[in-house]
Amino acid sequence: MIGITHLLADSMVIAKRNVIKIKRVPEVLVFVLVAPTMMTLMFSYVFGGSINISDGSYREFLIAGIFAQSMLFGATSTSVAVAEDKEKGIIDRFRSLPMSQSAVLAGRTASDIIYNVLTLFVMSLTGLVVGWRINTSLWEGLAGFGLLLAFSYAFSWIMAFVGVMVPSVEVINNAGFMVVMPLTFIANTFVPIENLPTVLRVFAEWNPISALTQGARELFGNIPLGAPEPTVWPLQNPVAYTLIWVLVIIAIFAPLANLGYRKAVKQG
Amino acid sequence: MKNVVEAFGLVKHYGEVVALDGLDLVVTEGSVYGLLGPNGAGKTTAVSILATLLRPDAGSARVAGADVLEEPALVREKIGLSGQYAALDEHLTGFENLDMIGRLYRLGRSRSRARAAELLEVFDLSEAGNRPVKTYSGGMRRRLDLAGALVASPPVLFLDEPTTGLDPRSRIELWGVIRELVARGSTLLLTTQYLEEADYLADRIMVIDRGQEIAQGTPDDLKTMVGGERIEVTVASVNDLPRTQEVLEGFAVGDLASEERNRKVTVPISGGAAVLTRALRTLDAAGIDLHDVGLRRPTLNDVFLTLTGHTAEPSKNGRMPVANSASKKGRKR
Ligand SMILES: Nc1ncnc2c1ncn2[C@@H]1O[C@H](COP(=O)(O)OP(=O)(O)OP(=O)(O)O)[C@@H](O)[C@H]1O
Ligand SMILES: [Mg+2]
Repeated sequence: MIGITHLLADSMVIAKRNVIKIKRVPEVLVFVLVAPTMMTLMFSYVFGGSINISDGSYREFLIAGIFAQSMLFGATSTSVAVAEDKEKGIIDRFRSLPMSQSAVLAGRTASDIIYNVLTLFVMSLTGLVVGWRINTSLWEGLAGFGLLLAFSYAFSWIMAFVGVMVPSVEVINNAGFMVVMPLTFIANTFVPIENLPTVLRVFAEWNPISALTQGARELFGNIPLGAPEPTVWPLQNPVAYTLIWVLVIIAIFAPLANLGYRKAVKQG
Repeated sequence: MKNVVEAFGLVKHYGEVVALDGLDLVVTEGSVYGLLGPNGAGKTTAVSILATLLRPDAGSARVAGADVLEEPALVREKIGLSGQYAALDEHLTGFENLDMIGRLYRLGRSRSRARAAELLEVFDLSEAGNRPVKTYSGGMRRRLDLAGALVASPPVLFLDEPTTGLDPRSRIELWGVIRELVARGSTLLLTTQYLEEADYLADRIMVIDRGQEIAQGTPDDLKTMVGGERIEVTVASVNDLPRTQEVLEGFAVGDLASEERNRKVTVPISGGAAVLTRALRTLDAAGIDLHDVGLRRPTLNDVFLTLTGHTAEPSKNGRMPVANSASKKGRKR
């Protein structure tokens, strides 16, 4: 079990390095925090008036969806950071050290949770301001945040894989956008999905982002009164379905990302 | 004497480009081995393979008794690497960078911190140690990166162009540090584009070009092959040429050459500036007017001219050789 101990110890060292970076480059933090706040406000006030939820407040309905979307966007910063490390050559240093080679990405994804906690914190405050409330218990509320963080952690591994594979940092923002947008829009994040055209509706029903959003809504007690009962298993059991995705994503992408990392060579 | 680094038939292709073309290499314990070659010769590729960063297409290598391909983790415990481009975290301070490396070598918290402080001192970075690396000059980064390779005092060191980009003073200081390291028993493989550097530091030199060995030997062997230092004298008047030759004959350690067209006499010597001074006094006493005079040491270019018949050209990738600038100027004139 020396391997695991080393992995944990080395991941801590790498995570510490990433946390120092948060302190040194506060601009990133501002971006991480301001963008979700803007999203919350814009959606609440722009769509809030024109989207009708059967019975209840759109703003309450909306917040879990925006949380879910922000978790995905937050994870794209993982790939930017990984690609930057590759570009700057520090990965060459790590790869020549007798450290646990899996720790570089494990430390990275672990420290990215911190960003996401901060994002959730600021967004929750904004949410409270626009009228969002947790209508369940403290524990269920925390479980809702936990679910969001678990999914973003898993998504970080996909993004870490993207980070080791892409040739340059510039590619990532576009690629990330192209993946995150459809995933978060063809879902129940911003609108109820009952009225979507069939193809989109089926996609939305099985989309893990829908389940994530649904799960968070349930845990926060934000399901509108009189909303139709979901007809598909993923949305009937959103928490379980989301956790299955979390495990599957990590099981596939953590090894893939690490494999890519081992092969990664500094470009140029 | 034990071989600490052994590589056989290393081959590495990048698409069309042949970066290494069957390179063999042996470094004995406690020695300094210089890999000398122009841009694109394959130096970095060779070092990357030995430091487990890159897998060769063919060939095998052992470092400190461990197989580079089969047991990379064992190799990494024994080596320190400073690559051609500084591998540092820009946002961390110098101290934090070294401390992080120490922790990853598993030195433990207090040893790692002590070692970081010690190395900052050695590399003259103590004052800058608490500033983010972002604010460092190129030379400071270079030095910090070298310090990074030394954190765990590893028995085998790979330094890829350690002094490129350093000012003359830092370069000489660094040479001192490297010599001390080796005196304490480290084995060092270093790459360089400067013959002078290889000459000063290395016990053995291999000249490579286009991924292949061109020559190998002690610095003296190479100098004998290439010809050592020489004095170049340009006289003011062509008529003085024969007399100049006569005078300088006394200082020559080999055949001297004279070119009437540009009134120049080239004399191989040994003894450097002291001999040059004496030669100048003698010429002055003989009443010969000089237009130009200089002491010339063989450069990488001379090595290439002698060994391959061509100058140190960039390989097909089109990168320009740095060591070549002198000859380019010559062509323009
Ligand atoms: N990642 C890569 N992709 C494509 N070609 C590469 C790559 N790395 C190296 N090469 C090519 O391999 C050859 C050898 O490169 P290498 O970096 O080993 O040379 P070098 O001797 O270190 O040169 P320099 O003095 O410029 O550092 C060059 O022609 C180079 O273009
Ligand atoms: Mg190189």
